[in-house]
Amino acid sequence: MAYSEKVIDHYQNPKNVGTLDKASKNVGTGLVGAPECGDVMRLQIEVNHETGMITDAKFKTFGCGSAIASSSLATEWLKGKSVEDALKIDNMTIVEELNLPPVKIHCSVLAEDAIKAAINDYREKNGMEKIKFEESVIH
Amino acid sequence: MLNLPIYLDNNATTPMDPRVLEAMTPYFLKHFGNAASRNHPFGWEAEEAVDYAREQVAKLIGADPKEIIFTSGATEADNLGIKGIFEMYATKGNHIITATTEHKAVLDTCKHIEKQGGEVTYLNVQPDGLIDLKELEAAIKPTTILIALMYANNEIGAVMPIKEISAIARKHGVLVFTDATQAVGKIPVDVNKDGIDLMAFTAHKMYGPKGVGALYVRRKNPRVKVTAQMDGGGHERGMRSGTLNVPGIVGFGKACEICMLDMEADTKRISKLRDKLEESLMLLEEAYVNGSREHRLPHVSNISFKHVEGEGLLMGFNKNIALSSGSACTSASLEPSYVLKALGLGDDLAHSSLRFGLSRFTTEEEIDYTIKSISDTVLKLREMSPLWEMYKEGIDLNTIEWSGH
Repeated sequence: MAYSEKVIDHYQNPKNVGTLDKASKNVGTGLVGAPECGDVMRLQIEVNHETGMITDAKFKTFGCGSAIASSSLATEWLKGKSVEDALKIDNMTIVEELNLPPVKIHCSVLAEDAIKAAINDYREKNGMEKIKFEESVIH
Repeated sequence: MLNLPIYLDNNATTPMDPRVLEAMTPYFLKHFGNAASRNHPFGWEAEEAVDYAREQVAKLIGADPKEIIFTSGATEADNLGIKGIFEMYATKGNHIITATTEHKAVLDTCKHIEKQGGEVTYLNVQPDGLIDLKELEAAIKPTTILIALMYANNEIGAVMPIKEISAIARKHGVLVFTDATQAVGKIPVDVNKDGIDLMAFTAHKMYGPKGVGALYVRRKNPRVKVTAQMDGGGHERGMRSGTLNVPGIVGFGKACEICMLDMEADTKRISKLRDKLEESLMLLEEAYVNGSREHRLPHVSNISFKHVEGEGLLMGFNKNIALSSGSACTSASLEPSYVLKALGLGDDLAHSSLRFGLSRFTTEEEIDYTIKSISDTVLKLREMSPLWEMYKEGIDLNTIEWSGH
């Protein structure tokens, strides 16, 4: 299966690979997927309490090229966004941006789930209620 | 000079040997006759060429030329061998013994037989990929007519103890079928010494053309017969109708002849390269060879690189190196290899594997390039892997509640 140029670019030059201090109160961590499914994504955001803006985002992903590209792209989009706007990132925008084929849509779903999980982790740490999300449509 | 891309997926198919192509060419253009045309020189030439090839093929496996039934490939030979025995020996019994690590051509044929009222026992394999002979013997019943076990596995290269298997079969009056697709031409296979009654193999895994294979069917001690699976002109002693693929068969014969002549030298050279590749990659942390290293084809290696996903790993170099992974992440089901799972590998290791198949044409330069390329990619992806980070921090990944998706 041929990968799109954008997927190849993110795979070869992934943006924002790394680790933020998960003990820090202004860092939210989302860990989604499972090793037996062949992909695990960990996405972290650093939030400025006062402005509600995401000041930094990092990821590490175990998975195929599309999974790596989806998480790399997600971190790029997260940086500089407000938490509120980050919640609006939809997996289908990732699919369109990366030209993911149907069999790889789950990679984008995973990235969306990771964003939501990171935001909820941040909210929980800071005494806010977790947002209840609808279950992802595609599993 | 190093030519890219490098081909290391020789368990899928091999390139043709130029000597094989040379032997085949005249049979497309000049000697195009139908081997079944008995009344003119075109037919005679074709028949003569097929007879000669039949001898070349038979010689490689220590058989009599009359015991070779040409087919379209190993899948057809698997179907003909197993279904043909099931139908021919229906009055004797309906039970077949096979293993969970067989090729789909055998497993799906057995599933078909179950639907037809047959009974199939699927033996589990040990962590090295080989069956337990005691378990095999214990599975034999009065209704058992056939033991169908592969000679060498296509994913890990593990070589089954065929002699011991056939000795047990003989003791109980059961026939032995083996899918020897990966073994014939690579290691010495002798149907008499090995006690094989039926054997499927194909040309394109031994530097021959695609679209031609054979079923060996024993004619003496015991005389074995299979029920034809295709109706027609009664070619191949009535066991396989259909006009013979003369150029393909000529190429198959030539490929067998070359394998017989070159096997020893090829094996020596290729296994040295394989060992170099394997030993160098094993220098990486958390790399594991899958399946038996002792009882194994000389040109195969299957290695898992823990905490790196196979398809992601392939992407790092698959423009330049052709390999296959045990992780079939291209389907929505994300199923890792059933063969690796049968060895008892966890999903994580099964998802992290690469299969190397070297060939007569593999060079040391290609192996050196491959070692470097794969090592670099593994290290790069581990830097990017959350699992690797957790492992390095001493976190037991089994204690984490994964969300799945």
